[in-house]
Amino acid sequence: MSFINLKDKVVQVKIVYYGPGRCGKTTNLEYVNRKFRDQIQSEMVSLKTHGDRTLFFDFLPFDMGQIKGYDIKIQLYTVPGQVKYNATRKLVLKGVDGVVFVADAMEKQREKNIRSLNQLHENLQAYKESIFKLPLVIQYNKVDLKDHGVPILPTAVLRKDLNSRLKVPDFEASAITGYNVAATLKKIISSTVVSIQKKLL
Amino acid sequence: MNYGIVSQEQLEQIDTILAGKLIKLGVDCVIIIDMAGNIITAKDNGESKYDVYSFAALAAGNFATVDAMAKLVGEAEFSLLFHKGKESNIHFSKIDDELLLISMFGKDISLGFLRLNVVEAIEQIRKVWEANRD
Repeated sequence: MSFINLKDKVVQVKIVYYGPGRCGKTTNLEYVNRKFRDQIQSEMVSLKTHGDRTLFFDFLPFDMGQIKGYDIKIQLYTVPGQVKYNATRKLVLKGVDGVVFVADAMEKQREKNIRSLNQLHENLQAYKESIFKLPLVIQYNKVDLKDHGVPILPTAVLRKDLNSRLKVPDFEASAITGYNVAATLKKIISSTVVSIQKKLL
Repeated sequence: MNYGIVSQEQLEQIDTILAGKLIKLGVDCVIIIDMAGNIITAKDNGESKYDVYSFAALAAGNFATVDAMAKLVGEAEFSLLFHKGKESNIHFSKIDDELLLISMFGKDISLGFLRLNVVEAIEQIRKVWEANRD
């Protein structure tokens, strides 16, 4: 749940990047951190293993400016993607306002995407949240790999696998080159802020 | 649960408690966060330059981890945590199931004295907070 401070007029919004291991959640945040450096006052926090895999989460606070006199502070988190870390993934989801599901477009990752999305559904239920109600954006990451001869799934297939029932906004993207990273972020921020406004009215 | 919004009046009351009980004692910085990593309020002595937002995210994660460890050894919770450094120390104490009080202080304050004041501050904050739920 977002936290609203009426005294200092600050709204804190928690957005979590979720997805299977090595799908590019941290890479998304790293790109945002580089690209929007001017709006970010602090360093990105990464809790990772020696092998650069996310151990707990990455955290990037981000100032979005004002809406109706309120400062909007966006807090971006990632979860650890590896299967064994579900307990930690669940902890990071506590109090979430919006989710970006990052899917890996590589052909061989097809099943892992579906499993991860199902687990997101279950993990949200544990907090009495519904994947069908929470602001959600899906990103089909790594589309640039096609140019390097790596077999990737057509977007239509990914969409059918992951978004046929949810019907949420989705983007093809390449976190490493930055393609559609900002578009994904903008979409989830606007959906989340609108959803918070609705809750308050 | 009536979380999410706290009135200006309540925040002012809480800030007064923090200033009177902890900042006055010589604590560098006090933060109240919720378990999702949001900052409810932060007060400092005017000199500390901590990045409180990153701190809140890490502290919530840290406390959640310790909570999970408590369950593994059959405890309902570990309600406080203390990290000791050479120059600065951090003390975490649970206010209730959702809120956490974090004090950062230097080597000039004794832990025992701090803990006494933290307990008193928490009692007073709970009263203000409960008024929110009624």
